[in-house]
Amino acid sequence: MIKTTAQKIYVALIFIFMYAPIATLMVLSFNASRTRAKWGGFTLNWYVELFANEDIMQALYNTLLIAFLSALFATVIGTVATISFSGMKRRNRAIFMSITNIPMLNAEIVTGISLMLLFLTLGVRFGFGTILLSHITFNIPYVILSVMPRMKQLNPSVYEAALDLGASPAKAFFKVVFPDLLPGILSGFLMAFTMSLDDFIITHFTKGPGVDTLSTKIYTEVKKGIKPEMYALSSLIFVTVLILLILVNKSPKPKDKVHKAERN
Amino acid sequence: MNKPVRKKAPAGVSYFNQKAMTAPYLFWSAAFIIIPLCMIFYYGLTDRSGAFTLENILAIASPEHAKALWLSILLSIISTLVCLVLAYPLAMILTAKNVSHQSFIVLIFILPMWMNFLLRTLAWQTLLEKTGVINSILSFLHLPSLDIINTPYAIVLGMVYNFLPFMVLPLYNSLTKIDPSVVNAARDLGANGVQTFCRVIFPLSIPGVISGITMVFVPALTTFVISNLLGGSKILLIGNVIEQEFTQASNWHLGSGLSIVLMVFILINMVLTAIFDKKGEGTAL
Repeated sequence: MIKTTAQKIYVALIFIFMYAPIATLMVLSFNASRTRAKWGGFTLNWYVELFANEDIMQALYNTLLIAFLSALFATVIGTVATISFSGMKRRNRAIFMSITNIPMLNAEIVTGISLMLLFLTLGVRFGFGTILLSHITFNIPYVILSVMPRMKQLNPSVYEAALDLGASPAKAFFKVVFPDLLPGILSGFLMAFTMSLDDFIITHFTKGPGVDTLSTKIYTEVKKGIKPEMYALSSLIFVTVLILLILVNKSPKPKDKVHKAERN
Repeated sequence: MNKPVRKKAPAGVSYFNQKAMTAPYLFWSAAFIIIPLCMIFYYGLTDRSGAFTLENILAIASPEHAKALWLSILLSIISTLVCLVLAYPLAMILTAKNVSHQSFIVLIFILPMWMNFLLRTLAWQTLLEKTGVINSILSFLHLPSLDIINTPYAIVLGMVYNFLPFMVLPLYNSLTKIDPSVVNAARDLGANGVQTFCRVIFPLSIPGVISGITMVFVPALTTFVISNLLGGSKILLIGNVIEQEFTQASNWHLGSGLSIVLMVFILINMVLTAIFDKKGEGTAL
């Protein structure tokens, strides 16, 4: 009894630790005072002003567009790569997996500056395109690591059976193999989207003047003081995602479609 | 029978045209992973005129750089240990409770990410300040105040906060893989709780421990954001030095040279992971 209570308290403390800053930001989004140091009364003002702030809206648009496009490209490239891994010799596959692990294990700052040096050398103009290319690069491993376990669970005989029964390779693949991979592909996409959305370091090194994502915009605001509209926007995004998650978990769905984030 | 397919690819089945399927990723990883890394080595080993030099790497020995590197190593080791100590009990509790894998990952790892990481870290300023939330609570309870903002302690706290999930997940993954009957057997044979933990559970969770340590140590060692936001502007970590070389001093050669030094530490980490974590179970999140 004492043990389970202690356990519950411990888990609760960790969650308070993880969520205290988030709660703080939400409270600040209702703070009438412009500085975060003191409480100036309750207001919904920032939520109204947010939508009139073109800078923030543009940054939000960039962030979401980059997250969506980079997740999409990474999902396609990563999935095709994972499918091709299955037919590879063991040694080649090991080489590919180590390459895949480089962006995961390497420091973000090193990945960031390595891409920056690449673009500098090639003379590419820094901006939306360079951010997108970089995000695709660091997103691909998340997709591969998410589809890989699904790929390993596949029973090759099923595909062969489909071929024996007269299906063309393409039909056999899309009817038999692909549906099994789909949950891994979807969770890979969501993971990539989230990673891109939260990234700051790599964007910091590969962005050009005039193009900002929410992260880089916040970073430039740190010295002057964060605009409270930013707190309002973050709270809105967070609450939206929370509600979506609750809806997805509450809605009844067929058993085999439950996709777990199986990532090992 | 479709034997020929299997003979060609003993590892599995190859779908479609193997080469055509491999090409896009092969191209991408060469262009955006391998070549950029080579560029760091090129810049790090040359000077502005393009001549070979070791100066950029040896620059790590200069007092200010060595101090930054030493402080980074110290703080990242401390925060890695704190993460391990905090995460292990949590992972054990969650394993015992049989919490669903997905909801747990989402709650501890994915959901907080939808609140920007810079803002979450900045929120600790509000929490930690002299007149901040935590100190208000402490003074209300007539407890001594906590004055750690703009000190290395605040940086450690920020590191632990940001990287704790990276420690919890691999630990949790390796703990759930332990066969409960092994633990039961140990208990049946008369081992007490401590003995079971030290001789059965902990050794079996080593792969998770190692990959957790890697996943926390590398970002903690190389961060420049957390030190910037919570350490004031006076405390420089090696990440700050490199970042400044690139964005302010525009001395890419020196920045690359220092990055090569950092990569040595990362490489040691990768080798350790490869030795202890052969199945690659921990590198996945």
